[in-house]
Amino acid sequence: MKAKIHVTLKQGILDPQGKAIEHALGSLGFPNAANVRVGKYMELDLDEKDRVKAETQVKSMCEKLLANTIIEEYRYELSA
Amino acid sequence: MNIGVVVFPGSNCDHDCQHVLKDVLGQVVTMVWHKEPSLAGLDAVILPGGFSYGDYLRTGAIARFAPVMQAVKQFALGGGLVLGICNGFQILLEAGLLPGAMLRNRSLHFICRETYIKVENAATPFTNRCKPGQVLKIPVAHADGNYYTDPVTLAGLQANAQVVFRYCTPDGKVTPEACPNGSLDNIAGIRNAEGNVLGLMPHPERCAEAMLGNEDGRAIFQSMIASWEGKTLTGVR
Repeated sequence: MKAKIHVTLKQGILDPQGKAIEHALGSLGFPNAANVRVGKYMELDLDEKDRVKAETQVKSMCEKLLANTIIEEYRYELSA
Repeated sequence: MNIGVVVFPGSNCDHDCQHVLKDVLGQVVTMVWHKEPSLAGLDAVILPGGFSYGDYLRTGAIARFAPVMQAVKQFALGGGLVLGICNGFQILLEAGLLPGAMLRNRSLHFICRETYIKVENAATPFTNRCKPGQVLKIPVAHADGNYYTDPVTLAGLQANAQVVFRYCTPDGKVTPEACPNGSLDNIAGIRNAEGNVLGLMPHPERCAEAMLGNEDGRAIFQSMIASWEGKTLTGVR
């Protein structure tokens, strides 16, 4: 299984990098771009064929290390 | 007093801590490599500033898994004094020894300058040599010092006098402008509920001797020593 994991700051938590990029996009001629959020993208191969088991493991990885759930939220996709 | 200074790959304030404690304050210092599984024989432990594991993933996120951190947890649970400075504070947060998390500075800049912090709680093992409300001038040097926690946890910190230091103006006013990094409630340092673990972003080890033109940081180390010696002289305050 391959897992693709996205981690971003939770909604409601100020994302200063996102804000800076938003301002830059405005200067670049895209004043209609809003709510820019910057995050991390990680992918990994998991030696596990069972989707349910793989999902349990990826979720555990996110909760324990890949995201800091005090400030961040995560989502993931699993593919064979 | 035998004080351990933990050395992670990427720590860069470890020798400053060693110098202050050993050469300035005359204590025994043991440098503790991050692979060390035991802290036996130590009276206090300092997690120094720096960029442990290159700040990969998040500040402090990888250091939390170093073998020495299991020992630090046990040491803290047993009531031992643990001080985390800057990256050390970030590690304590990631390890769950202190509540909350660090966000990138509001300005996005790496901030390296003097700050003023107010001693909000002078009855801790780390501040007993300070006066309540005393203003200390101590430099910060960080990119991720924007303290955040949920409203319930913040209320708990405030109610239990766990906010030990707040950024303030030179005359002690806690204003939004005096906060360099966007920290909630101007928080510069907090302690755990039990009171034996403290994390702060400013660097007291960088201003603890007259030769450097500022000795304000010394009080924090002297407090730890006084606490350990059981000589918290309330009359001196």
